[in-house]
Amino acid sequence: MQQTDHLSSVRELAQDVSFSAVARWKEETGGKAIGHFPVFAPQEIIRAAGMLPVGVMGAWGLLEVDYADSRVQSFVCSVARTTLELGLTGRLKELDGMVFTDICDVARNLSGVWKRNFPEMLVEYLHLPQNVTSAASVVYLERELERFKGKLEDLSGVKVGEDSLWEGIEVYNHQRELLQRIYRIRRESPWLLPADEAYLLGRAAAQMPVEDHVSLLERSIAEIEARTVKSRDNIRVLLLGPFCEQPPLELLRIVEESGCYVVDDELLQTYRWYTSAVPTNGNPLRSLAESYIERARLSSVRYQVRRRREAIVEWLKEARAEGVLFCSAKFCEPALYDYVLYKEALEAESVPYLHLEFEEKMSAFETVRMQVETFVESILFA
Amino acid sequence: MELKHKDAGKVVQRELMASYYGDLEDGEGPVAYLFVPGNVVEILRPFGFRTVYPEINALQCGIKRVAGENILKAEDMGYSADVCGYVKNDVGICLAGGSTPLGRIPKPDLLVCNFSGCNTFIKWFEALADLYDAPMFLLDVPYLRDEASYQQDIEYVTQQLWDLVAYCEDMTGTTFDEAKLRETLEYSRQAEDLWTQLLSRARLRPSPFDAYFEAVFFMAPINVLRGTTDCIDYYKVVIEEMEERSRAHVGPVPQEKFRVVYEGPPCWPHFRAFWELFKAWGVVGVASTYSKVGGLFETGIRHDPARPMESIAEYVINCYTNWNLKKRSELLQQYIEEFEADALIIHSVKSCRSFSVGQADFREVFSHELGIPTLMIESDLADPRYFSQAQLKNRVDAFFESLEHQRIVRGS
Ligand code: SF4
Ligand code: SF4
Repeated sequence: MQQTDHLSSVRELAQDVSFSAVARWKEETGGKAIGHFPVFAPQEIIRAAGMLPVGVMGAWGLLEVDYADSRVQSFVCSVARTTLELGLTGRLKELDGMVFTDICDVARNLSGVWKRNFPEMLVEYLHLPQNVTSAASVVYLERELERFKGKLEDLSGVKVGEDSLWEGIEVYNHQRELLQRIYRIRRESPWLLPADEAYLLGRAAAQMPVEDHVSLLERSIAEIEARTVKSRDNIRVLLLGPFCEQPPLELLRIVEESGCYVVDDELLQTYRWYTSAVPTNGNPLRSLAESYIERARLSSVRYQVRRRREAIVEWLKEARAEGVLFCSAKFCEPALYDYVLYKEALEAESVPYLHLEFEEKMSAFETVRMQVETFVESILFA
Repeated sequence: MELKHKDAGKVVQRELMASYYGDLEDGEGPVAYLFVPGNVVEILRPFGFRTVYPEINALQCGIKRVAGENILKAEDMGYSADVCGYVKNDVGICLAGGSTPLGRIPKPDLLVCNFSGCNTFIKWFEALADLYDAPMFLLDVPYLRDEASYQQDIEYVTQQLWDLVAYCEDMTGTTFDEAKLRETLEYSRQAEDLWTQLLSRARLRPSPFDAYFEAVFFMAPINVLRGTTDCIDYYKVVIEEMEERSRAHVGPVPQEKFRVVYEGPPCWPHFRAFWELFKAWGVVGVASTYSKVGGLFETGIRHDPARPMESIAEYVINCYTNWNLKKRSELLQQYIEEFEADALIIHSVKSCRSFSVGQADFREVFSHELGIPTLMIESDLADPRYFSQAQLKNRVDAFFESLEHQRIVRGS
């Protein structure tokens, strides 16, 4: 029973749209909090400035969009609308700043809407290089990170030292390593850890200091590895979508209940961005910049020279997946464009796939269940 | 009075575009695809590239009413109803083997993804790179944030321009001809001067032309033929035509009753009908942001043979949709003042989030904070399915009826 308690407190924290943990942290430490929109943020720098990075990625379908409607049209993804709704309804008042990056046109313009509507906040838009081959990219990103650091220093009135940057890099390296272990469990013995639980464990990072998240992961991993659960003959799938907008938990649950093991996914990209540890020597901002260029994961919101068709086929082999579930957020252009490229590649390789669209607030779960069940049957009885 | 230059801009443009598409069909030389905003055609011309602008093809297909078919082809392939219609139109052209009513569009030898102001551009050329199996050069153009980042952005873009030069040298086996670049830049600069002069004529009362519905037509050469003498000559012709219109007191509507600023792209597939909604009320567009997607030259941005790469970098960054929302909104405000407009019309198109996200917030600013009558309507720039004429007519009529009423009340 202990495990369920543990999970329910994680769930509570992760789904708290009033961000009370952030308020508590600020009260206890006297520090400032910086929100960041998906799917990437230089959390190491925020932490080094003595601030709490807070992942703000929509509202779990818990909010009606009332106020945001007058600021953003209806043909825009939920995460942009509900994140704005969180702000306009005063739920983000603990945030002293908000960071956006160049993931898509919506996020980019949202940063401008944010700037005007929340003049009391530090609102930063970071341009992360999309050109990953130019010799100029690393230098450029280093300057961009330096600029961001400067803004945080202005906000706090304190200089950010190299030591605290290195410390941040180390602790986030450790967090990513632990998340990788969670994903290894999903890959090797998915029956031990349901997809929605794995997701919640990762998502909890959004509202916790990284050290606390690290110890949560450590405790959880020990507990999960000790589990004795029987495997089912589910099929192994990749769950793809840029997951800037977060799929409802229910959706993750249904996918598994309908006969799939999600052996890898694109969820929680913010916390899994670097595919290997950020080197801890040289200059810290340079190391982060280099890592962004050289160690970034495959993502729909970042250009990569390698063709996507090759990338996905490789990924599939690596994960020993039998099929792909595409989950695109309604109106999310990066997801919807890549879906076509990926699907063409899968068809060429005769790999089965299914495309689902979701919204933060959706109710058609029974239809999804039927679709996934049919998909699973078509593979099992092919 | 008989107008000697009547429709000169139209006639000459028809010839120019026919010869441009003719050259694409039968001409020689490698083919580069690039985007209109922030395009770096000046670098490509000295290498002998013929240049294709998929957005221009999409726009033309819209006007020629074949965009709908192209879009359906792309949707059959798996593209969602909710993504940009320009991209789908282009995928449709590719699936049709390049055939369009404009002529056959050649395959790309190189995709130059100058993504100024729109991240969808990246997804678009990524798709083309895959479909055509063509190489892609990504010119990373940072979004214009603030003064503090501007200098670093210019340096970054400049360095990438040199990368592009090296890439083209490698690809074509020719050495870069800097003298040719300077010459091209000089032609661009002259055309930009003339184009700016032309647009400023909408300050006159009545305005000799509609700075939205006609300007988006007149902008074709500055977007497609920049860096050639044809482009310069074209704007001389149009300016003559407008001078003559002014002398004869001829304008786009029989009587100019309302002067407005337009934000957002037009609806190409129903261009006439869309314009009629406004013409019916004697509305004249005196400034528009869409005519600036290819460059904000009125702010003094110019290609400059004396500072080749730096001036290109400045140009690339300063395209309308690459400006942050605050700057965009200030520009709109400036247009309203300078061109003495009575209202702001926002056309929100579903296809283009780059334009449209933020427009609802503009409406808040203009109508609530600045007290400027603002109308926001929705349809699309590419997809004919999103145009609901009756609904639009109701909105437009109600808006101008109320403006007219206010005028009468104030007047009496
Ligand atoms: S969900 Fe997609 S469209 Fe929306 S902000 Fe995220 S990446 Fe952009
Ligand atoms: S989103 Fe807008 S700017 Fe981008 S390709 Fe589509 S129409 Fe063009």
